[in-house]
Amino acid sequence: MTIGVEAYREVAPPGTLDFLYRMAERVQGRTFLHINSTRMGGGVAEILQRLVPMMNDLGIKARWEVILGSREFFTVTKAFHNALQGKEQVITEEMYRTYIESVRENAGRISLDADLVFIHDPQPAPLIENRRGGKWVWRCHIDLAQPQRTLWNFLRRFIVRYDAAVFTLPKFAQRLPIPQFLVYPSIDPFGPKNRPLSREEVANILEPLGIWKDKPILLQVSRFDRFKDPIGVINAYRIVKKQIDCQLVLAGGGAIDDPEGAEVLSEVKEAAGRDPDIHVLELPVDAFLQINALQRAADIVIQKSTREGFGLTVAEAMWKGKPVIGGATGGIKVQIIPNVTGYTVHSVEGAAFRTRYLLDNPHLIARMGGAGREYVRRNFLITRHLADYLALLSFLTHS
Amino acid sequence: MERQAQRPFIFYGCMELREILGKTAENEKELADLIEEVPSDSIFYHTHSFLLRQRFPNGEYLNDFANWVATEVEDRVLGERLGIIDPSEFETLEALREEVLSTIDDHLAGVRIIPRVIFGEPFSFMQSQIIQIPTGLHSLTLPEFCQGLEQIDVSSLYFHFFEVRHRLKRREYDIPIWLMEELGLNELAEEIRRIRLYSLTLEQLRSKLLGLCARVQE
Repeated sequence: MTIGVEAYREVAPPGTLDFLYRMAERVQGRTFLHINSTRMGGGVAEILQRLVPMMNDLGIKARWEVILGSREFFTVTKAFHNALQGKEQVITEEMYRTYIESVRENAGRISLDADLVFIHDPQPAPLIENRRGGKWVWRCHIDLAQPQRTLWNFLRRFIVRYDAAVFTLPKFAQRLPIPQFLVYPSIDPFGPKNRPLSREEVANILEPLGIWKDKPILLQVSRFDRFKDPIGVINAYRIVKKQIDCQLVLAGGGAIDDPEGAEVLSEVKEAAGRDPDIHVLELPVDAFLQINALQRAADIVIQKSTREGFGLTVAEAMWKGKPVIGGATGGIKVQIIPNVTGYTVHSVEGAAFRTRYLLDNPHLIARMGGAGREYVRRNFLITRHLADYLALLSFLTHS
Repeated sequence: MERQAQRPFIFYGCMELREILGKTAENEKELADLIEEVPSDSIFYHTHSFLLRQRFPNGEYLNDFANWVATEVEDRVLGERLGIIDPSEFETLEALREEVLSTIDDHLAGVRIIPRVIFGEPFSFMQSQIIQIPTGLHSLTLPEFCQGLEQIDVSSLYFHFFEVRHRLKRREYDIPIWLMEELGLNELAEEIRRIRLYSLTLEQLRSKLLGLCARVQE
């Protein structure tokens, strides 16, 4: 089912839709081309699936193209992706060659004519060499706080040829001679991860997972990754459990093709031991409805990361009216307003203290949940994301 | 009969495009040095822009400098000293910049070690481009003006009260000037000018304006 932009009137802040129409009038008929590396899977594809039709609804001629490549190309770009996010990788001359040649092949296949060309992430970045006109923006969605220097220097020579770059957090910005803008990511309230679910639907989805709402649920949704500190969450739960009967759900994926993920998962299972109130769920990457149901069933959502890109699971939980206890890092700090929509914490003990405090004060759970939902409505819904992109289109393409 | 304006008041909304300047401070001395150096648009951003986002009564200060010093550097004293600075007391952004700078300098003169971020994050300087958009709403009378106030997005209030006053400085967008010149409502205009803007959220500002207008209409 296609959801038109008008459907968002019921969830966006009052006046937003009319404001979007007015903004769109300024850029009517302009062409906006998005290019990334995949149509399915990952946050970028998820958001483009909605943003592009919404732009067209508003009278902007938006297109979305995807670069194609061999298995080898995507192995190279995966190594690039890891290296740019700070994981040391061996990058060879051969890998650089594969990368450049594959992107060049794509340049001959994709029409690059548009008033604004948005290149998402590093994979298609060298397409700038084939620029024929229009304004070009490099939209970086990844955590570029500590990139592998040699690789960044290689990539940088393409990026400096763009008209602007867009980052998700100020700390990801780099020393560049072009304007750098800040655009936060967003959630789609009608997507499978966030669409409303009835209590019955939630119960039906959770039953096969073995989750019952017979005692308060603490939930962390994240990959099994050390930076997400799942062991710390178990330790915090154990402190709380001494005084309050509750259950912990750790739900995530990423273990199948990620050796480190499998290792962390096994450590998590070992730490959970035989406690029947700790549920470690390995979910497939497309388990959107299960995540949606878990977040709705939870009493408190935890995102106790020690390092985080943006951490949109925080906004997802807040949209479902849940208070969030999050590690004071990265985008979590942008999303949680301490004492209002949840708490930011720096330790296992901090997470335990705040969890216990909330469970002892259920009226706060409701109040913070309500405030969180309103904060997300204004700041992290896709309608705000759309407005940001329209503003960029208007700003960059107005003579 | 209601007095009718010759020139309608046109409500504008605005959209903020946030630009990262790529300048970061890790200690209070660097913060001061960069405050001295950045464009005035950046001073405006860090002392006003938060108003555009939803605010909650959680005790945060009214400017980004104070909040960073208090929460990331964990220097409560300087946080409080910067937090009390009220931008409405300064005619220009340069005067506001001077006040922030002299407060930090005075504080640093009294400490032996320059406070710096240890576990927190550095301060990233930003500035914003404001894109103004006509809302399609306009008014010729006070009741029409009130209707407009009820309907507009809060970004309109931000635009007409903060952008116009500090950056655009365009008379035609200024609400008190329009009320005075077009409707002769000098007292109402004066009361609106006296509102302590920085202690309100934009929604609270809307309610306050509607209350003041209602009193005139009674």
